[in-house]
Amino acid sequence: MNFEAVKSIYISEMARTRRTIMQSVISPVISTVLYFVVFGAAIGSRITEVDGVSYGAFIVPGLIMLSLMTQSLSNASFGIYFPRFTGTIFEVLSAPVSFFEITVAYVGAAATKSILVGLIILITANFFVDIEIQHPFWMAAFFILTAVTFALLGFIIGIWADNFEKLQFVPLLIVTPLAFLGGSFYSINMLPEIWQKVTLINPVVYLISGFRWSFYGQADVSLWLSLFATMLFLGGSLAIVHWIFKTGYRLKP
Amino acid sequence: MAPILSVRDLEKTYEGGFQALKSVSLDIQEGEVFALLGPNGAGKTTLISTICGLVRPTSGSIYVGGHDALKEYRAARQLIGLVPQEMPTAPFEIVGDTVALSRGLFGLRPDPARVESILKDLTLWEKRSNPIMALSGGMKRRLLVAKALAHEPKILFLDEPTAGVDVELRHDMWRIVGELKDRGVTIILTTHYIEEAEEMADRVGVINKGEIILVEEKAELMRKLGRKLLTLSLTEPISAIPGGLSGYQLTLENDGTCLTYTYDTHAERTGITSLLTDLSKEGVRFHDLQTDQSSLEDIFVGLVRQEQETS
Repeated sequence: MNFEAVKSIYISEMARTRRTIMQSVISPVISTVLYFVVFGAAIGSRITEVDGVSYGAFIVPGLIMLSLMTQSLSNASFGIYFPRFTGTIFEVLSAPVSFFEITVAYVGAAATKSILVGLIILITANFFVDIEIQHPFWMAAFFILTAVTFALLGFIIGIWADNFEKLQFVPLLIVTPLAFLGGSFYSINMLPEIWQKVTLINPVVYLISGFRWSFYGQADVSLWLSLFATMLFLGGSLAIVHWIFKTGYRLKP
Repeated sequence: MAPILSVRDLEKTYEGGFQALKSVSLDIQEGEVFALLGPNGAGKTTLISTICGLVRPTSGSIYVGGHDALKEYRAARQLIGLVPQEMPTAPFEIVGDTVALSRGLFGLRPDPARVESILKDLTLWEKRSNPIMALSGGMKRRLLVAKALAHEPKILFLDEPTAGVDVELRHDMWRIVGELKDRGVTIILTTHYIEEAEEMADRVGVINKGEIILVEEKAELMRKLGRKLLTLSLTEPISAIPGGLSGYQLTLENDGTCLTYTYDTHAERTGITSLLTDLSKEGVRFHDLQTDQSSLEDIFVGLVRQEQETS
């Protein structure tokens, strides 16, 4: 195991975050504050409670999940796409580094960044509403699993994309709608019955539900189903990454 | 002595069906400078990329320092440094950091003193805190050499190290290669410039359409194939080559205003003296003359043409 290489890529990726601190950390904080102003204060004041929790507090786990997913995705996809675009990826591919190590370094760095963003959002939210975390262990587990899973998904997108348009396509047109429709801002119990059923196709529902349960003990679906869906997602992403490296897809002709 | 790099029956067919390498076999001795020549699309970069692990071979084997480049890729790649043809750099990265990153990728612990000495050798020390995008083209190329040397490789690949660079930088590059050779680093480079191969290479290989068509000691190759061309600009045009000069390899060009003579630079008698004497005997006068040496590129264009004619 080439630990120095993993460390070097990780450090180099984290240095990129420091250079782009505005875009990496501050902008998600600003957009979260905006969500609070719009959904929490303006619209939320007309909704009293959801499942026994004030609406402002109810949306916090959803907001964190939304940011965690989109940030993991964009950090990881950009992190691997940019060296491919500039050509500097040759250095990593010709170094004595295994594919496993490359994945750990890039995905690890992307997940770290989004976890930092998630924590900052949690702290920011704390200024607006009272937050309780009933199951801190599960909260941390869903937090990290989601960050890693979506960083892996982003890593796959970054390897698959051969232009900037494709790089934006999946996050904007698939993941963001799924996250919004996955109950970030509402409980699926609030939907008409037919849509409650349709919503269950959306994998993001399980992630948000599990995460929200770790905060307030309220969930749309059972905890184990949430955990199972998250692991399924993670396993699927790992299988695709394994296939990419086995075949050299888009990396080694 | 066992070669430091040994390529056996290497084949590469890309997904689209294009066969870039056809049964390439090549041995490189430790400490030598090997120049690889070939037209665009001949397979030079594919060959280098396959050895370095950037392209997966279709069949054949590669041994680097005795290690199988596929099965023992860590040990094999540890010995190799690569300076690619295009200059891929991450524009926002800091010069010093990027050299440290290269070192880390090869599993070596951080060594600021080592990074400092490499940057100083390549006159980049002053720029260590600058982002890469602030460097000139020449500096970027030197930075790529610095990155390739960060893990102290035994073999250095230079893919077109002086393509599109000015004279000063080219000489700079030659100096760097000379110093590395003195330190015992094996160097494999691709080039188009005669001075470059002549200045630096110990051996020359010619690759065309994915096949190595010739590997020869440089001196031997130059001797075998080195031709020189003498061009005489005539004062008054002539309609035909005078009969008294029929013994010479002469051609008349530019509506009879130009006479060219081809001769072998390494022959004992080039025939120039007698040609000039015979010219004045025939009353052919000229106002200017110039000689041109065939470049390695000409030599290899000649070789490539021969190939095509025989096939």
